Amino acid sequence: MTDANFWAGPWGWTIITIGQALAVIVGVMVSLAFLLWGDRKVWAGVQMRKGPNVVGPFGLMQSFADFFKFVLKEVIIPAGADKPVFLIAPLLTFVLAFMSWAVIPFAPGWVVSNINVGILYLFAISSLGVYGIIMGGWASNSKYPFLGGLRSAAQMVSYEVSLGFIIITVVLLAGSMNLSDIVNKQAGGIWNWNFLGGGGLLGLGIIKLPVMFGMMVMFYISALAETNRPPFDLPEAESELVAGYQVEYSSTPYLLFMIGEYANIVLMCAMITILFFGGWQSPIPMDSIIAPGTLAYTLISLGWFIVKVVFWFIMFAIAKAIVPRYRYDQLMRLGWKVFLPLSLVAVVIIAAYQVFGGNFA
Amino acid sequence: MLAIAFYILAAVTVVSGALVITARNPVHSVLFLILAFFSAAGLFVLMGAEFLAMLLVVVYVGAVAVLFLFVVMMLDVDFTKLRQGFANYLPIGMVVGILLLIELIMISSAVAQRGAAAGKSPQVYGAEMSNIEAIGRVLYTDYVYVFQAAGLVLLVAMIGAIVLTLQHRTYVKRQDIHTQVTRRRKDAVAIVKVKTGEGIKE
Repeated sequence: MTDANFWAGPWGWTIITIGQALAVIVGVMVSLAFLLWGDRKVWAGVQMRKGPNVVGPFGLMQSFADFFKFVLKEVIIPAGADKPVFLIAPLLTFVLAFMSWAVIPFAPGWVVSNINVGILYLFAISSLGVYGIIMGGWASNSKYPFLGGLRSAAQMVSYEVSLGFIIITVVLLAGSMNLSDIVNKQAGGIWNWNFLGGGGLLGLGIIKLPVMFGMMVMFYISALAETNRPPFDLPEAESELVAGYQVEYSSTPYLLFMIGEYANIVLMCAMITILFFGGWQSPIPMDSIIAPGTLAYTLISLGWFIVKVVFWFIMFAIAKAIVPRYRYDQLMRLGWKVFLPLSLVAVVIIAAYQVFGGNFA
Repeated sequence: MLAIAFYILAAVTVVSGALVITARNPVHSVLFLILAFFSAAGLFVLMGAEFLAMLLVVVYVGAVAVLFLFVVMMLDVDFTKLRQGFANYLPIGMVVGILLLIELIMISSAVAQRGAAAGKSPQVYGAEMSNIEAIGRVLYTDYVYVFQAAGLVLLVAMIGAIVLTLQHRTYVKRQDIHTQVTRRRKDAVAIVKVKTGEGIKE
């Protein structure tokens, strides 16, 4: 089967796509191992500890050691648990966390599925993530996991609303829901990135700057809440709920929950990067130095993407280390009474700018 | 390939739909309902309506079904009690079911003969237009008043629900962040010189 048409046919397409998906999953998994280590190092650094430093140089292999520890332990299923749902829940979290990566553009042209509703797809899949947690909490047939699951459901549904409106502001600026288009729209240097208003800073364009910068900050905070990270980690608040929905989970099912959670966190970092930080675009235009379309250009773009994602991951890690946990009513107040009205106003402002701003600029 | 995908998704939709009403545990019913929604979204994608598919997942699966599951999980439903009166309601239930079935057959035959399935679909926009743009154009031009009216109906329903459930409980202590933050030292602290043996008078 050396026919060139084979790769364009349905079977060839299937094989190529599966290969790409595998490459993305393995790449994300391996980077997760080191990001997890980085998370613990940042956390340790803030608390003036050393953090993991035994396995491998600088403790770099710590995550792999943990992986084998989790896999080799016994799986314990509580007697009163709803067994199928109990086991499906972590699988669901894990699978959904990796499904979203299909539409993330890593570099120009490097995307598994370049669909027109990319941002909606991301939003849809991340809104499904709550099921893993709520199912796990219910199926454990225990009080603390159940409370954790309920908290998580209410929290994630609340913050999805403002997250949706923030995404709409970016979609309005880009005029497209395709993630590659959104990134391409931010080409040409840091002053064109969406967190500074996405180009056209002169004249009336300046009104977009404070609005979009605020949207970026709100997206970051909502992402913390959406991924159940501190200071919004109420579903697994140790001081109240032991470990929330994860109490009854052990070994591999727990590992799946944890990997899914971290994959979601990194996904949120990638989303902020794409929506507000120009995706793979270089902060200083580099088209004149390296010709676009060459392999070197693509690799450097990929490098910029990774650097930005790691930057946002460190922001997530620092927030975990230095911010005290919110109370649940404060969390709900922030989501519904502060973020929702502010993001609605921002949608109105950006939409008005897109319709009328061009006449005066 | 398309046919295989269609049959898998359709079979999953139908089977999970049947399991929604036959499952013994109400939480399992809701989970099967979610599976049915999700595979219906897959069917939309096969038809090329990816925007509708995503909306189905975001709105129904991501929000409505979560709240549904939330409520069902906290209910303590005893199915043995519910099934006791099952035979009494069977005739009425069957009449309603048969009526719905007849209506469904009539609608689907009408659609097959004269509607979109007969090839008389309404104005088809160019292939280069994504279906978000196509829907937006129709929704905000031809049907803009209906669209706004639907929004108003939803708003009225929302306000109605809030009015029905809102209770002003005066005995509950609430946190007022504004008063907390604007509180100054002189509002809270008073320095009093206390004479020996007299104590503080209010």
